[in-house]
Formats: sequence, C-alpha cells, structure tokens
Amino acid sequence: MDEKPVVLVEGLHKHFGAAHVLKGIDLAVDSSRVVCVIGPSGSGKSTLLRSMAFLDPYDEGRVFIEGRLLGYRETDGKRVRDSDRNIDSVRSVIGMVFQHYNLWPHKTALGNVTEALRVVRKLGRREAERIGVEMLAKVGVGDKAHDFPARLSGGQQQRTAIARALAMRPHVMYFDEPTSALDPELVGEVLQVMQELAGEGMTMVVVTHEMGFAAHVADEVVFMDGGEVIERGPPDDIFKRPRSGRLREFLDTWRSRTI
Amino acid sequence: MSFDIDIVVRYGPLLLSGLWTTVYICALASILAVAAGLAAALLYGLPLRFAKLLCRVYIEVMRGTPILILLFILYYGGPSIGLTLEAETVGILGLGFYGGGYFAEIFRAGFQSIPPGQIEAARMLGIPRRMIVARIQIPQMLTLIIPPSTNQVIILTKESALLSIITVAELTKNTTQMVNETFAVVEPYVAVALLYWLIIEGIALAGGALERRFGHAS
Ligand SMILES: Nc1ncnc2c1ncn2[C@@H]1O[C@H](COP(=O)(O)OP(=O)(O)OP(=O)(O)O)[C@@H](O)[C@H]1O
Ligand SMILES: [Mg+2]
Repeated sequence: MDEKPVVLVEGLHKHFGAAHVLKGIDLAVDSSRVVCVIGPSGSGKSTLLRSMAFLDPYDEGRVFIEGRLLGYRETDGKRVRDSDRNIDSVRSVIGMVFQHYNLWPHKTALGNVTEALRVVRKLGRREAERIGVEMLAKVGVGDKAHDFPARLSGGQQQRTAIARALAMRPHVMYFDEPTSALDPELVGEVLQVMQELAGEGMTMVVVTHEMGFAAHVADEVVFMDGGEVIERGPPDDIFKRPRSGRLREFLDTWRSRTI
Repeated sequence: MSFDIDIVVRYGPLLLSGLWTTVYICALASILAVAAGLAAALLYGLPLRFAKLLCRVYIEVMRGTPILILLFILYYGGPSIGLTLEAETVGILGLGFYGGGYFAEIFRAGFQSIPPGQIEAARMLGIPRRMIVARIQIPQMLTLIIPPSTNQVIILTKESALLSIITVAELTKNTTQMVNETFAVVEPYVAVALLYWLIIEGIALAGGALERRFGHAS
C-alpha cells in the first residue's frame, strides 16, 4: 500500500491584499479517505480548496499532490511559479466540482464530459463518447447526454459536472459546496452520487454545509474559522463532543437554523 | 437636370477597378484589425501589469487619433525613419491597426462576458489556454461580438475613402478622377454612393448570416 498522502498541505498562508485569509493550514488526505471541511461563511474554506488546486496561488507553505509540489519550483531556497505545463501535470490527478457547476453552456452534457478527453487525452470521438456516456450513466443522467445544460435541473447539472471530472480518472476529488446552489429537493441526488463515490474508495475533500453528509460519510471533519483549523477529528468527536467554544457555537447556530 | 448614364458606362472600368481595390484593401485591413484586436484583448487578459498597460496605450492611441493623421504619419512620416511603404500597404496597415483598437474593446467585452468559473473548470481539466480561448470562450462570445464586429467592418470600409488622400487608387480616388475629367458631378457621386452601398449591404448580409449561423451560444 502507498502510505504517502494523496494531498499534503503544510503551513499554508494566503493573503488577498491586506486580508490574511489562510493562517498556516496543515492537512493530510490519505488515499480513499473523505475529509469534510466545515466552518462559517468567510472562514477560508473555498480559498483553502482553491489553493490546494492552485486556482488561487498560495503565498507561503506547500501543497503536495501525490508527493509533487504544486504550483512552484524550488531551487536553492528560492521559489518561482512553475510553468503552466508542470502545474497541469501535477494537477491532472485532481478532479474539481464547483458550487455553481461551471458547465459550458454551448456544449451538451456529453460535450461537456468529452471535451477534456478529446483535447487533453486526445482520444478519438468514438472512444471519448463511449467514456462520456458511461460517466453520465454512472451519475444517473445517461438519458440527458444530448441536452444542453440550460435544459437540465440544477441537480442534473451538478451530476454532469461530477461526470465531467470523473471522466479524467482523478485520484482525488475536490468539492466546494456542491449542493449549496441547489433547491432543497435536489440536494439528495447529488449527495447520493458523492456517497457512492466515497464507497468506491475515491479520495475526497468536501467543503460543505451538509452536516448530515459530513457525519455519515467523512472519515475526518475539519472545522475552520478565521483562516485557521480550530478542530479536527472523526465526525463523532466533532459533532458530539466539540471541544472548542467556536465549534460548539457554530454547531448550535446550524442546529437552530435547521430545526 | 438630367442623368447621363453614358458617362457612367464609359467610366465603368475605372469605377470597377476602384471598387475592387476598396474591397481587397478593406478585406485585408479587416482581417488585420480582427487579429490585432484579438491579440490585444488576449494580452489584456494576462496577469501582467505591463501587458495590460501596453494594450491600454494601443487602444487609447488608436481611439484618440484621427485615422487621417495616422495615415499621414505612416505615409509621409515613415520614410524619415527608413520606412518607405506603398500607399496601399499604408492603407491596409493604417486601417487595420486603427480598427484593431476598436476590435480589442469588442473582444475584451466578449471575454469578460464569460463567467470565470467556466475557465477555472477548464483549467482544472488540464485544457491548455489556447484551447480554452478557441473552444470555450470564443464560441460563446460570438453572439455578443458578431453585431458590433459587423458594424466595425462597415465603419472601416467607409473610412477607407480617406485613402484617396494618400493616392490609393480606390473607389473615391477614381471617382474624383472621373469628376475632374468629365466635369460631371451628379453621375460620378451617385454611382459611387451606390457602389459603397453595395459593399456595405454585402457586409451587413454576411454579418447577418454569421449571426444566424453562430448566434445560438446557449
Ligand atoms: N478573490 C478574492 N479577493 C479578495 N478577497 C477574497 C477573495 N476570495 C475570498 N476572499 C476573502 O477571503 C475570505 C475567505 O473567503 P472564502 O471564500 O474562502 O470563505 P468560505 O469559507 O468559502 O465562505 P463561504 O462559506 O461563504 O463560501 C473572505 O473574507 C473573503 O471575503
Ligand atoms: Mg466558499
């Protein structure tokens, strides 16, 4: 078994201008584990996930993906931004799913899924479409392959976006509040697909406000506030035995809102 | 007042040769304008302050200078810095880079209309930047950019009449020659107005066809 974490984050700092948004984050995600990141709005969850993908370049610290440094090249103590090519190469094992799906509206569901297979993997149309149809079926939208995103419900769009990421055979999937933009009755279908993925052994990092999902599916829950990790542990500890006042307060607010 | 159709027929070949010159100069200038505008808009999108500044300066200079002055600078000023160009070449370059300043703004607005999340999704899938531009951004921008682009090509074509001043034998120049030789005024100008109208109608039709063909972005 490979003991190296799939994602390793060390002492991560990130500023937006004068705002210090990430203040020294450490995180290790082992293979086949599901880590859920929770925390109040503005605590830096999205920024952390985006830094872990180098969509937001981090300022200090390091992100390793399967042992390879992401985003920078280091030569005798100095570091410079890596080439797009190298960044793409390190990033290629990450699949990402966004809150607003970010499908391409001018392509069909199938076109969205096959695009990278064609352009990046350089597969022929037939082979790409075979994989595309398989992936769409896997997330339960096989019958929507030839529809444009505008014709799909939010839940179907998000599942298409998951299929698009899965088609590239990622080793780890990042989700940034994948159900926050959905109507309540559509949340379940997306969470179910994610739960199935976790069951298949996919390594996952999930930023979410769905405490039920975190409690049932996560191996580890990370609670962030003010750009720091305040508490982390198995879901039982986090949800039933919170140690810090801030986590307790956060959970209380959440409970009072959902009852 | 009578309209002497004979003069027009007699000068037909001269007018048609001017028409042809106008058409190919404007076609080449439009291609250059689109290319320069696209390049400037892409450069503007880079996360480099210097690139942004360069584009800003280009757009400001092109927008802030009358096209005639640009043509004079290129045509009469060029030789003093060792740049001697044919009048037609000056016409193509002048109109092309001038139009490029306007196309840059059209493309920039087009690029800005694409939600950044779509680009991020593409980057996360490893799609190279040039492919993102060609396959994700531009196809979606077409609805937005075809109408103002058509307009810009029409404007460029009408501005091309100014090339007569730097001796390019295009439609307006040849018409002036016709006026000078025949002392007729009405026939040449009516004829030339009709010919310009034909070109511009052709551009508008082509633009409309493009819009119908590519105008269904979502
Ligand atoms: N591009 C940006 N420019 C400037 N500030 C930003 C930017 N992105 C995020 N921030 C700031 O960084 C902080 C953390 O934002 P982030 O989006 O990571 O929070 P979050 O935990 O994901 O919140 P939410 O639950 O609302 O999604 C916030 O104060 C936010 O205003
Ligand atoms: Mg967020």
